[in-house]
Amino acid sequence: MGGSRRSLFSVYSWVVMIFLYLPIVILMLYSFNDSRINAVWTGFTWKWYLSLFENRQVMDALSNSLVIAITSSIIATALGTLAALALHRFSDKWKAVMNGLIYLPIIIPEVLMGLSLLVLFSQIGFPLGKLTMIAAHVTFGISFVVVIVSARLSGMGDELQEAAQDLGATPWQTFRHITLPVIAPGIVASLLLTFTMSLDDFIISFFVAGPNSTTLPLYIYGLVKRGVSPEVNALSTLMIAVTILLLLISEIFRRKGMAKESNSQLPI
Amino acid sequence: MKTIIHLQNVEKQFADQVVIPPFSLEIIGGEFLTLLGPSGCGKTTLLRMIAGFEQPSSGEIFLDGKPIKDVPAYKRDMNLVFQHYALFPHMSVEDNILFGLKMKKVPSAEQKRRLDEVLTLTHLTELRKRKPAQLSGGQQQRVAIARAVINNPKVLLLDEPLGALDYQLRKNLQLELKNLQKNLGITFIYVTHDQEEAMSMSDRIAVMNRGVIEQLGTPQEIYLRPSSLFVAKFIGENNIFSQENSHLAVRPEKIKVYKKDANPELHQKTGEIVDVVFLGSLQKVFIRLDGSEETIVLAHENSEATHAWQAGERVGIGWALQDEVKLP
Ligand SMILES: Nc1ncnc2c1ncn2[C@@H]1O[C@H](COP(=O)(O)OP(=O)(O)OP(=O)(O)O)[C@@H](O)[C@H]1O
Ligand SMILES: [Mg+2]
Repeated sequence: MGGSRRSLFSVYSWVVMIFLYLPIVILMLYSFNDSRINAVWTGFTWKWYLSLFENRQVMDALSNSLVIAITSSIIATALGTLAALALHRFSDKWKAVMNGLIYLPIIIPEVLMGLSLLVLFSQIGFPLGKLTMIAAHVTFGISFVVVIVSARLSGMGDELQEAAQDLGATPWQTFRHITLPVIAPGIVASLLLTFTMSLDDFIISFFVAGPNSTTLPLYIYGLVKRGVSPEVNALSTLMIAVTILLLLISEIFRRKGMAKESNSQLPI
Repeated sequence: MKTIIHLQNVEKQFADQVVIPPFSLEIIGGEFLTLLGPSGCGKTTLLRMIAGFEQPSSGEIFLDGKPIKDVPAYKRDMNLVFQHYALFPHMSVEDNILFGLKMKKVPSAEQKRRLDEVLTLTHLTELRKRKPAQLSGGQQQRVAIARAVINNPKVLLLDEPLGALDYQLRKNLQLELKNLQKNLGITFIYVTHDQEEAMSMSDRIAVMNRGVIEQLGTPQEIYLRPSSLFVAKFIGENNIFSQENSHLAVRPEKIKVYKKDANPELHQKTGEIVDVVFLGSLQKVFIRLDGSEETIVLAHENSEATHAWQAGERVGIGWALQDEVKLP
């Protein structure tokens, strides 16, 4: 009886998986299709990938994406880490309030966030472009960084820092030799995550992009308006692959930190 | 006999709740002083105030005659061994132990010399390259101690350092710690709620209850001459006899059990045996006194005694006058 119930669950989860991933898998398959028309499979080819790399506009969009993602992920991670460190020192009451405020950007709809940023930039008369893109991506990235780094900080507790001070480390030395290395996996995970999110973001970017700041998602969107071509499939496949890879690495770092933490007290 | 740490009317409150009422204590240089008391009586809080992680609400702490209330923890010449060791997970055993010397920028030749010395002392030489996660509880414990003593602190504070270890390991490490203290001549302030541990290691014991020292003295004084009902009950097994407005305490090993009709002149009370527990070299005899249902007296009798006591037997008990302790 229990067995049949379990198999029912596993069938169910497979159905969900297929529902989630079938469109992506089909998209990936067609990126290798020799035919220009998506509907028929005529044979395997790399040519759409090759033609991507010869396409000026694609390369420009790629370079925009990279510049924006690298810059915004570094800034967001730095600011978010500092914010998490500061938050860690708040008393419990204020911590709850501040945490709520910091998590808010994760929950509010991206459309609203994009719109409000657009309003802000036009109010202060700041020209839309790479800078506004970076600012926007930093804004939504910070929240995620704070969440990740805070988790590391509270996982590490106060004892390690106290032990360091007890051994004569000044507050700065304590931070440099103990706190930073212990939360480092969280910082690396944050960097990768914010980089990925910046690379993938469409909605917010759509609002605050200007001339010369077209990123890959915006470019793909532009292409699709003229019909889905195999190049779009190829480009999307590449982006999916990179995203999954980065998220995996980020997750590995996050877990590595956690495992270290929980092992440290346990005799083996 | 010089005072090294002097707590003067130190008081600690957490959000209006008084954890330690004004508290005074003088700790002598080179001694092994144990703070012994039930859970929650404020031992850790006291230690953390001495180490500098907690500010006293009022009062002053002196180290070698100098007030240290405003000296931050990292500038105090003492080290704390944390209850859960707090080893740095990303550093090897060696780097953990060297941490204090590195922070103080001690020359590397001297660092090396002291490291080798301490590794030998704590039997960690073979494990020096390991990470804390690859050590057993007892080994981690020794790293925590090595990391503290390498700094040659004036005072070593230890917060239940053996609490998480099993019985056998605890026994061994108790001896090692005691020897270490003797050899290095460092003042130890040792927190525990294990009275046997306190008895076997300390020069002096401060028995604490609700943030107050109930009694301060050598293990012998505390055991033989408890000065309060709390100490008499808390330390070892004891028989307490209530009198009009005072109490009498007599240790089980001082109680003599007599057959109902032998030496009646020595019987101070009479009763009936309710249970006999055999413990190898001795047997514990539980006796319900006549006239009071709940008073159970415990006597330790030699197992090789000629008479084997049986539950249900009527007996008399007595003790020598010098073995009773009068308590308020
Ligand atoms: N940061 C704090 N905030 C509020 N109350 C505290 C704090 N630290 C300790 N207390 C309270 O102070 C009292 C004494 O705590 P302490 O940790 O000193 O006890 P202890 O004697 O070390 O106990 P144990 O043997 O269980 O470790 C407890 O009632 C505890 O709840
Ligand atoms: Mg404690």
